[in-house]
Amino acid sequence: MDKNAKLPESDIGTILYNTDPIIIKHHYEVDYLHSYAQDTPFFVGLTKKKLMGSQCTGCGRRFATPRGHCMECGQPTEWFELPREGRVHTFTTCHFGGEAFLKETPFTLILVEFDGVDTLFLSRLIGADSAEVSIGMPVRSRFLRNCKFKPTDVYFVPM
Amino acid sequence: MRPVYMISGGITKFAKALPQSDFRRMVKDAFDYALADLPGLSRDHIDGSVCSYFSDHFTRQLMAGAMVQDYLGLCPKPSRRVEGGGATGGLCFQSAWESVASGRMDVCLAMGFETMGRVNTWKGNEFIALASDTNFDYPVGGFYSGYYAMMVQRHMYEFGTTVEQMAKVSIKNHLNAMYNPYAQRPERLTIDDVRSALMVAEPLTILDICQMSEGAAVAVLASEEMAQKLGGTPVLVSGVGSGTDAMRMADRPHGEVILLPHETKEEYADLKYPGVHSFRGGRMAAKNAYQMAGITDPRQELDFVELHDAYTSSEIQTCEDLGLCRYGEGGSYVDSGAPFLPNLDYGLEFSGTDKWRPLPVNTSGGLLACGHPVGATGLMQAVFAFWQLQGSIGKHLKDETLQLPEPRRGLIHSHAGTGTYITVSIMERV
Repeated sequence: MDKNAKLPESDIGTILYNTDPIIIKHHYEVDYLHSYAQDTPFFVGLTKKKLMGSQCTGCGRRFATPRGHCMECGQPTEWFELPREGRVHTFTTCHFGGEAFLKETPFTLILVEFDGVDTLFLSRLIGADSAEVSIGMPVRSRFLRNCKFKPTDVYFVPM
Repeated sequence: MRPVYMISGGITKFAKALPQSDFRRMVKDAFDYALADLPGLSRDHIDGSVCSYFSDHFTRQLMAGAMVQDYLGLCPKPSRRVEGGGATGGLCFQSAWESVASGRMDVCLAMGFETMGRVNTWKGNEFIALASDTNFDYPVGGFYSGYYAMMVQRHMYEFGTTVEQMAKVSIKNHLNAMYNPYAQRPERLTIDDVRSALMVAEPLTILDICQMSEGAAVAVLASEEMAQKLGGTPVLVSGVGSGTDAMRMADRPHGEVILLPHETKEEYADLKYPGVHSFRGGRMAAKNAYQMAGITDPRQELDFVELHDAYTSSEIQTCEDLGLCRYGEGGSYVDSGAPFLPNLDYGLEFSGTDKWRPLPVNTSGGLLACGHPVGATGLMQAVFAFWQLQGSIGKHLKDETLQLPEPRRGLIHSHAGTGTYITVSIMERV
């Protein structure tokens, strides 16, 4: 036993914002092992410049944003390639955003509708000012050459 | 199921940040208020609790609900946490209702909080956006105001709703809050103030959007026997309903309208529903709650509504979901003045139509002006409705302005995601 045991001191301090009450800075960060799991073929599709949707093997419902099983009847879906061209179902230009996206503002979000497909697809539109965007406007998909395996590897431009 | 009564409630001031209190202390303050307001009620009468808070990220503390339970001196009684995004408070209220209705508890405490001021606003927006699909939505938009802006753009396209109509909602709720000392952002505004404010996501300006908040609220629910025993002025919770929709807005179907008892299929023959302009889950919640409460025409049988106006646009959308007006009429409904308090001068001219009976919406100031500490919000609505129905607004707010004359029945509405979880509860004077 050592009655004089002592913790070593360090010169690492704490960032303090306030003393009454005491408010300190606490850094909080995590690397998460995010699996795309059953959505993986969509992201593989992006590397081939293909936008993949899912079609229900039971009721035939076609989803522009893929899902492994049908939301309406619960049956498994199969993959199909979405058209390259669609229309703006709705839109907005964001001048602010979550912290991770602030540096990208302003950006324009659209929900894209495709002929013969029952649901929509969220994406970004570039090449048009916010005043130039309208509902029903035809748009065409484009893909990043250097895939980042993110849904932003595909984006849309006016036709 | 047996009848359930709300017997007491308490709230803290809602503010951007309350650094003098942690989440436990905030709930304790609201709880002590509720205990003091009903002298017959003590901690010993409470059989258990349900705790509501949305995001562990905002608290940086897992199992925070358990810490509230011990701070309030309620251990070893049963407790649990419920979480459902923005509807967390409404789900908590209904979970407590279930505990009493089922006979499992005679007195159940619903308690909620959120501490959103512990991160900056844009980090907070990022946390909230994690409540959208992290494969397909979050990485593209990462911003709820963007999602709501897209919904209202479509509402404007389908129905002709205008940004001025949205601004009137902002004026109404911010002015109502001038008489509510618990509110975070009371303000007298004009249409020009709202439209010239900082643009966040077109067409929503910062005055179309609620703020990040801290605060707590509690509601105490009890069986009829305990409500009678403990005294005070109990209020009956006569109906509860809830509904859901797909997390991803992009997945919303375009099918047939879910009808309320006072509506017909013919009036919606051309409407593709819900699309991204309406909240199917809200309609489902309203339908269920009306059925339980025996309401056949909400336009005639409700005296006030406290609804989840995280956005001016979502108040307009929700008035339609609740059947206060038809789908598509939400903008005209605002123009008519029906959802405004008759005793206040908002500096607006109303259309003068008598199509709708006056039915004040968000007399408290709503989320837009009271603030939205997520886990507390749905319970704050319950407390406010409780005080309205008790006729005790003057006592609690130290101002009679917001007290409606003899309200008989009110509705509270709590809402998550882009309409992903929604609750509707009906409260009645007895």
